[in-house]
Amino acid sequence: MANTYTLISSNTLSSSAASVTFSSIPATYTDLVLRVSARGDAATQAPNFDIFLNSDTTSKYSATWLQGSGSSVVSSSASNASYGRGSITDGATETSNTFSSSEFYFPNYNSTAAKPYSIITVEETNATAAYMQAYASLYRGTSGISTISLSTASGGYNFVAGSSFYLYGIKNS
Amino acid sequence: MAATYEPIATTTLGSAASSITFSSIPSTYTDLRVVLTTTATSAFYGKLTFNGDTGANYSETWIDGSGSAAASGRNSSNNWLYISQRQIQTGQPQLITTDIFSYAGSTYKTALETYNQDQNGSGWVGSQVGLWRSTAAITSITYTTSTSTFTAGTTATLYGIKSA
Repeated sequence: MANTYTLISSNTLSSSAASVTFSSIPATYTDLVLRVSARGDAATQAPNFDIFLNSDTTSKYSATWLQGSGSSVVSSSASNASYGRGSITDGATETSNTFSSSEFYFPNYNSTAAKPYSIITVEETNATAAYMQAYASLYRGTSGISTISLSTASGGYNFVAGSSFYLYGIKNS
Repeated sequence: MAATYEPIATTTLGSAASSITFSSIPSTYTDLRVVLTTTATSAFYGKLTFNGDTGANYSETWIDGSGSAAASGRNSSNNWLYISQRQIQTGQPQLITTDIFSYAGSTYKTALETYNQDQNGSGWVGSQVGLWRSTAAITSITYTTSTSTFTAGTTATLYGIKSA
């Protein structure tokens, strides 16, 4: 049987970078899974990074999310945004050699309808607070997803070397 | 290399329907995963049952967020698991995932569900763990609507995952 869960592309940074892009994503799969292990050089805790689909910077993104810190839980949302709420990294002030873990799931990424996708992201640091987030996200673009970009630019920092990004394709037959 | 993550069956509704069933599930995998994307004809609570069991053999613990408030709760001795603690909405498509562990084993069965229901200005994100108090291997999985229907275009895929 043909492989159902296939690595499409990967990128492990050898030096810091403000963005990572997967382009020319083949339309031969059903769903996409993006797994990220990331750390940022921002002097803050848990800086966020953004996601752009098909290089779209128009107000087609929205999300509802849930965040726990180890002592509290909150929920928030964003609508008609020009970027997708991405994920969190371990920042420069957090426990060294520690990277966050995130998984993005894009079902039916070739659909010509709005596309829901999920994100689960966790960071850990040996401190009194660390964050985990779950996002219900929506991209209202009507083209299949052929490009995924992750960017730290809005936070003014970079992914550090060693951050890794793996894009998988899943076939439903 | 042997395949470890395989599609068992997939359904795309050509017309609205009140249920989606995966039956005759082989026992040759370790875990199962269902990926469901759907909208509602009119908002409804979705239900999940195994092997056609509608007895009071289900319980669940959940946490979710509305975009302004977080909540958690429990249901016990129910006749089904909810596929979301919130109604499946009309409008934008929603993503529901169900992971069922050791589905063919002889112990009670656990399922981890996530619901992703952002509607661009409203919606829910949630996660729940469910328990089906049966020692039977799971051979069928059924998603049903409490009222209303899953819309045409709803897709559901069942994957089998092997541990070796």
